[in-house]
Amino acid sequence: MMRIVSTYLIGLIFGIGIMMSGMANPAKVLNFFDVFGTWDPSLIFVMGGAILVAAPGYWLVVARPAGKPLMGTAFHVPQNRKLDTRLIAGSATFGVGWGIAGFCPGGALPAVGTLNPAVLTFTAALIAGIFTAKATQTLTARRAGSAAA
Amino acid sequence: MTTEFTPFLSLFGGLLIGSSTVLLMLTLGRILGATGVLAGFLQPASASDWSWRAALLAGMVTAPALMTLVTGQQPTIQVPVSTLMMVLGGFIVGIGVTYGAGCTSGHGVCGMARFSPRSIAATVTFMIFTAITVYVVRHVIGV
Repeated sequence: MMRIVSTYLIGLIFGIGIMMSGMANPAKVLNFFDVFGTWDPSLIFVMGGAILVAAPGYWLVVARPAGKPLMGTAFHVPQNRKLDTRLIAGSATFGVGWGIAGFCPGGALPAVGTLNPAVLTFTAALIAGIFTAKATQTLTARRAGSAAA
Repeated sequence: MTTEFTPFLSLFGGLLIGSSTVLLMLTLGRILGATGVLAGFLQPASASDWSWRAALLAGMVTAPALMTLVTGQQPTIQVPVSTLMMVLGGFIVGIGVTYGAGCTSGHGVCGMARFSPRSIAATVTFMIFTAITVYVVRHVIGV
């Protein structure tokens, strides 16, 4: 129960941060990237502020003598350090979509609570995209598996 | 559509985002990436793995209502693009973040804060491609 309540509150802090920062406002997001048009540099302060806290914060958390999280058994941190085509192509694709809609997943999810039709449309399409990509990944993996056998 | 330059509000929002990220690592040992949290919520590995994701998402979506209650005004959401572009953009984002294994929160904040080479490469890549797309849409196609 404690775990659920604390995680709920963390989601709330994240959501308030997103809503305050402007990340859930497509006009502001698109203007951040529109350097040759109606440029609004505000969002550099969002990523800057977040990393300013998260970089030393992560370091302190992981450096704790207990070596594990307060309510969990281990830190689930990706260990993969290899750059590959999938990562770069996927990120480039994400950038294209973000540039078209002005919402990224973290910007849209808290805004779902406003029931704004554009946010709901984006989120439905986002979920459809996630399922499509997962299905394609499973298919490719299966093909690769049968080709190897 | 012009928007107001809000350095302090955006910085404060960023500090809250960073704090929530550190708190989730401290309590559950998890990365706070919207893509990963949502994907695991939609296709859960187990009941206990699903419950924390559901709680986190519940917290996120209740944030606007709480803010409206406290400040007395709705958060600003200005949408300068068509519904078709929302559908298209959303679908492409879904494909991209799944293959790229993360988005602005997972790679751009959590991964950058861990100095992960993959996340740095991913963040640089999507920032460049978003800028190119916005340029093409606004100044070449002229939507």
